[in-house]
Amino acid sequence: MSKNEKEPIFSAKNLKYLTSPFSANNPVIVQILGICSALAVTVQLKPAIVMALSVAVVCGFANLVMSLLRNGVPSRIRIIVQLVVIATLVILVDQVLKAFVYDVSKQLSVYVGLIITNCIVMGRVEAFALGSKPWPSFLDGIGNGLGYGLILVIVAFFRELFGAGTLLGFRIIPESIYASEGGFYSNCGIMLFPPMALIIVGCIIWAHRSWHKDLQEK
Amino acid sequence: MESLNIFIKSIFIDNMVFAFFFGMCSYIAVSKSVKTALGLGAAVTFVMVMTVPLNYLLYTYVLKAGALSWAGCPEVDLSFLSFIVFIATIAAFTQLVEMIVEKFSPALYGQLGIFLPLIAVNCAIMGGSLFMQQKVDALELTSCWQTVVYGFGSGLGWWLAIVMMAAIREKTTYSHIPAALKGPGIAFIITGLMGIAFMIFSGIQF
Repeated sequence: MSKNEKEPIFSAKNLKYLTSPFSANNPVIVQILGICSALAVTVQLKPAIVMALSVAVVCGFANLVMSLLRNGVPSRIRIIVQLVVIATLVILVDQVLKAFVYDVSKQLSVYVGLIITNCIVMGRVEAFALGSKPWPSFLDGIGNGLGYGLILVIVAFFRELFGAGTLLGFRIIPESIYASEGGFYSNCGIMLFPPMALIIVGCIIWAHRSWHKDLQEK
Repeated sequence: MESLNIFIKSIFIDNMVFAFFFGMCSYIAVSKSVKTALGLGAAVTFVMVMTVPLNYLLYTYVLKAGALSWAGCPEVDLSFLSFIVFIATIAAFTQLVEMIVEKFSPALYGQLGIFLPLIAVNCAIMGGSLFMQQKVDALELTSCWQTVVYGFGSGLGWWLAIVMMAAIREKTTYSHIPAALKGPGIAFIITGLMGIAFMIFSGIQF
């Protein structure tokens, strides 16, 4: 940022762009955006974290680039320009993942490509970056990406813990209490199936809206 | 037989919504009445039937490793460009459909008009193309005709899901739902339960 800027880089207002998407303005459970591709990667915690970081990076930089271009792009062709910018960023992320974390990239399979059509990225560019300065736009993008990641991580936490008894691949529920070892416990296999992710998100929305009463539908 | 299997599998077992969460945004947002759900479902199915084979042709004859051998360069591998090519095809096709429908059938345009821009960013369509790419690499889809069947089946599966959801949501307006669960909360839980019901289809084969 240039020195002529009146407010400091991390002023209260700018920080708010970064933090409000975590709860009060969460893209997934409040704006209902970007659920599309993401829940399928929440069977385990590790791919969920990688996916969350990828979305945050794409969202932040897409906002930054579009905000820099906002006065140069005629509004008639803005959608296609946005798609090109986002698709380029996603290709970069995909190549980086393939180069450094190949096994996770294999697990995420088509879902990396689907970041292009993730409505959060497109939605934040349309709603925020086209009318704001680059730095707030960048923070807003990162914030929304991380807010989305938060939900992914919560869902993945429950699914991996109850579905497989592990977290990030480490065993949490001890082997000795499993039924096969003479104990009483067995994994809840249905947690690994797609429908449970939806039900967990439904419950998160329920809990969140009981807390934030102003978000409830009349 | 092979094609019939692909068709059944893409509608019920690999249902776009219940198995892969594709197109959830418009699925949750537009499933408030059966009539609009029917309209959006029809538009999505149509665009999928057209774009999946189109992307298949682009992938096999231009992008895949060695696909350019007909042009004399057999060692070129452009598959890293597939994301941008697929999304460009889809965006261009939706734009084209919008213009054609507007010109020749204004009545249909009035009905579908608002949905057409939504389709370009509907992940079910992009997802259909990306899965097609994966299945072609795994030799599950081997001809252009099979990709037509796959696109049609996936679109139909999405259509079925959104219409069923809309019908259930129309009924739930009469039930007493906890205030915090109204709207999206209950919609997610219903979708989850429908997904569990759809799991009984897994393993069906002819």
